[in-house]
Amino acid sequence: MTIEAILIMGISVGAVVSLVSFCLYRVLTLPPVEEETLKGPLEIDTRDTQDAD
Amino acid sequence: MAREQWATRIGVILAVAGSAVGLGNFLRFPGQAAANGGGAFMIPYFISLLVLGIPLCWAEWTMGRYAGIRGFNSAPAVYAAIWKNPLAKYCGAFALLIPLVVYMYYVVIEAWCLGYAIDYLNGNLMQVKDADGFSSHFSDFVGAGENGALLTGSSPLVWLVIITFICNFVLIYRGITKGIEAFCRIAMPLMAILAILVLVRVLTLGTPDPAKPDQSVAGGLNFMWNPDFATLAKPETWLAASGQIFFSLSVGFGIVINYSSYLRKKDDVALSGLTSNSMNEFFEVCLGGLITLPAAFIFMGMAAGEQGTFDLGFKALPNVFALMPGGQFFGFLWFFMLFIAAITSSLSMLQPVIAFLEEGFGLKRHASAALLGLIAALGCGFVLYFSKGLGALDTFDFWVGTMLIFVLALIQTLIYGWVFGIHKGHAELHTGAHIRVPWFVQLIVKYVSPIYLLVIFIGVCATTGPGYVKTMTENPVVMGSVAFIGTVFAFLLLMIHIAGRRWDAQGKFENIQELHD
Repeated sequence: MTIEAILIMGISVGAVVSLVSFCLYRVLTLPPVEEETLKGPLEIDTRDTQDAD
Repeated sequence: MAREQWATRIGVILAVAGSAVGLGNFLRFPGQAAANGGGAFMIPYFISLLVLGIPLCWAEWTMGRYAGIRGFNSAPAVYAAIWKNPLAKYCGAFALLIPLVVYMYYVVIEAWCLGYAIDYLNGNLMQVKDADGFSSHFSDFVGAGENGALLTGSSPLVWLVIITFICNFVLIYRGITKGIEAFCRIAMPLMAILAILVLVRVLTLGTPDPAKPDQSVAGGLNFMWNPDFATLAKPETWLAASGQIFFSLSVGFGIVINYSSYLRKKDDVALSGLTSNSMNEFFEVCLGGLITLPAAFIFMGMAAGEQGTFDLGFKALPNVFALMPGGQFFGFLWFFMLFIAAITSSLSMLQPVIAFLEEGFGLKRHASAALLGLIAALGCGFVLYFSKGLGALDTFDFWVGTMLIFVLALIQTLIYGWVFGIHKGHAELHTGAHIRVPWFVQLIVKYVSPIYLLVIFIGVCATTGPGYVKTMTENPVVMGSVAFIGTVFAFLLLMIHIAGRRWDAQGKFENIQELHD
């Protein structure tokens, strides 16, 4: 493998991994929004599947 | 009816990322990179991501949430809420046509992945011994030899499409929270785990054939990443990089604007948009870029770089798994992972039309899912029947999955930059934002992105358009496919017109509420 290939692969993969890590860290360490503390994803009833047709 | 909303912050991010991550990340990206300078391709690729991809995504997220909190979810209503012009809602026809028609052929490709995963699970594909065998297996499986071959032949594809179709509609029927969000919260981490397992296997292959020392892991990575900087002088390289970013992020598909319309007023869009884009890049650069072509090179040598997207995925890679230790297991993991990636994408293609049917005609989800299922099944049947040389699929993909998304992206960019306004957009983007976005991003969306989009569009038209137009005049299936697309488009315009009259009668757009803190 050439030095150039290693450098470009390392920079590309490193940049993307750094970006996704930063973003996920920020998202996952944020305080939960109010609704999240009250309702889990499977508990919300949007009611649009009731009384259909 | 209660307004649908995403239940969690990470849920909407995973759903948008799931929509973007698909076969293009694992099969199209490596091929494009290898054909356009290897590692050098990453320079225009990342520039396009920064100048075109991320800013346009932020624009879509912003407009979607703005309209959503005012009670508009479908693209025709979103555009009409932002642009007070009678024509605005008709622009939304593109945002319905694109996901609907792409779904019609994407679900077939999804069924290919399921079929290959099953064939690895039961060992059928391990019985095939050479490249010609894999090629004819694929051709028979997809019915590429003759129109109608899938109805009369022994291929199980029709049944697999029906199963895939049902899976999609069961999930979409369950709604935003219980269907799309709940599935993506499981599917996306599972996809990452499966892809990482395959990656570890590929990176530990060493040099499988000592007689061919060049065909090693290092050789494969070198084949993918070694830069040829001379290609940067070629406009085609920049065109290919911009196109890849554009297709990969699902910009201009009418999906993000619909998904983000289910956000709440104070929900973040800046960090969420960036996170979903970065996840897509992770699957594309870190997994697609390290798995597909290096693996193919290790077993096939230079011939690996001469494959198209489908050839690489469904003919070349089975060759690789046939020769790889543990190939049956890893072949199953790979195609099952592609199947999940495809489902998270196809699900997102159904929701924009469902939202329109609910909003435009007051239908409940049962009725709108049933009506959409009927329309989608017609198109899917068309693609399955006209399978010779994948004629209908290829035509749908070119005219809708390639050309029309430029048109829609351009419409959205102009609406955002020149109608919605970048000052309003900047303020709206930062409502509830967890990161600051520099002001120059707005200037990019208003001035640079439309020109950039036009240049790429003209480039794509110039390089591939004449060939497709010639084929259209010579091949009745291609012409019929274009006529089918036109009919669906006309039907959607009519539906939007009728929905528009209902909205006018209800005074839906007369007093769009301005929300303040």
